[in-house]
Amino acid sequence: MSERLERRAAMATLLAERGDDLLVVPGLGSTTYDLAAAGDDDRNFYLWGAMGGAAMIGLGLALAQPHKRVAVITGDGEMLMGLGSLATIGMQKPGNLAIIVFDNGVYGETGMQPSHTQSGVDLVGVARRCGFATCLEVTDEAGLRDLAGRLKTMRETLFARVPIEANEPPRVLPERDGVVLKQRFRAALGVKA
Amino acid sequence: MNVQVTDWPDRLFATLKRAGIRQVGYVPDAGHSRLIERCRADAGIRDIVLTTEEEGVALAAGAWLGGERAALLMQSSGLGNCVNMFSLARSCRFPLLMLITMRGEWEEFNPWQVPMGSIVDPVLKLCEAEVYRVSKPEEVEGAAERAVQHVFGDERIGAVILSQQLIGKKVWIK
Repeated sequence: MSERLERRAAMATLLAERGDDLLVVPGLGSTTYDLAAAGDDDRNFYLWGAMGGAAMIGLGLALAQPHKRVAVITGDGEMLMGLGSLATIGMQKPGNLAIIVFDNGVYGETGMQPSHTQSGVDLVGVARRCGFATCLEVTDEAGLRDLAGRLKTMRETLFARVPIEANEPPRVLPERDGVVLKQRFRAALGVKA
Repeated sequence: MNVQVTDWPDRLFATLKRAGIRQVGYVPDAGHSRLIERCRADAGIRDIVLTTEEEGVALAAGAWLGGERAALLMQSSGLGNCVNMFSLARSCRFPLLMLITMRGEWEEFNPWQVPMGSIVDPVLKLCEAEVYRVSKPEEVEGAAERAVQHVFGDERIGAVILSQQLIGKKVWIK
């Protein structure tokens, strides 16, 4: 197994200069804690459930907000549960949507049971074959910084896999009230519908 | 108002347009074929074909976060695929408008449609959805209007149930 990045540092690097135009949807569990640890923001829509739904929330949001950019940053287990959504997104090809998978090869929340990626399931290959224009393996700090830059300038649907260590940093728990999370997100965007 | 037997998909489409629906997610379905066709042909609606219906529940949540209204078209078998994803709409009070064509209840030739078709209403009720069931063409538009009002006015889940009696055989053999 090649070198793996540390998840909290990886999230911090990706969002170091996020600006007001980047909207972030993490998956439930570890990526939600990672996002909270990187700094709370009204433009974060934390998930505490809806496993398999993060990428599709990102799609609906990206289509509704074509002038913003949307980053879904989720885990391998959450992505695997919604694998079909990569096919759905591949058909729509929104240029302002990035799906980033923090892949530690295990289901961390439930006791580190091995996930399918540990046996060689190739998420980057799946995304490429689903029609994602840009597909990246991000294996080092320079790659993370490059990805952070792309999140500011992207014009094509992007998929990135970030291999991370299977560790469990102390949990940073954000707001859990879904209505509060929804309202503050919409207020930050100034939307009414 | 005299509503032709086969007009109801156009009435539904008109309701979606009046409601300002911008994203329509669907798993292809014979009963919804006319409505899907209308959505696909409309420049103001983004039609999103899904691999499974639960994707549409998440899509609608994302759309609302971004200030757009979505609708989800499916047949009754797809409802079962959505149940856990409804927790997203229920926990956050996302508006979720579903238009559901029934299978497994009237002149059904496929017995495998019955197990899910027969529990649609109780499943929706358990999931805190408001149910608007219609079996006559002239009832469709009014039911859809009420569903739109409930869903987007109060940020709730609403399902218009289009009975198999309504869909009949006309649409399927056209």
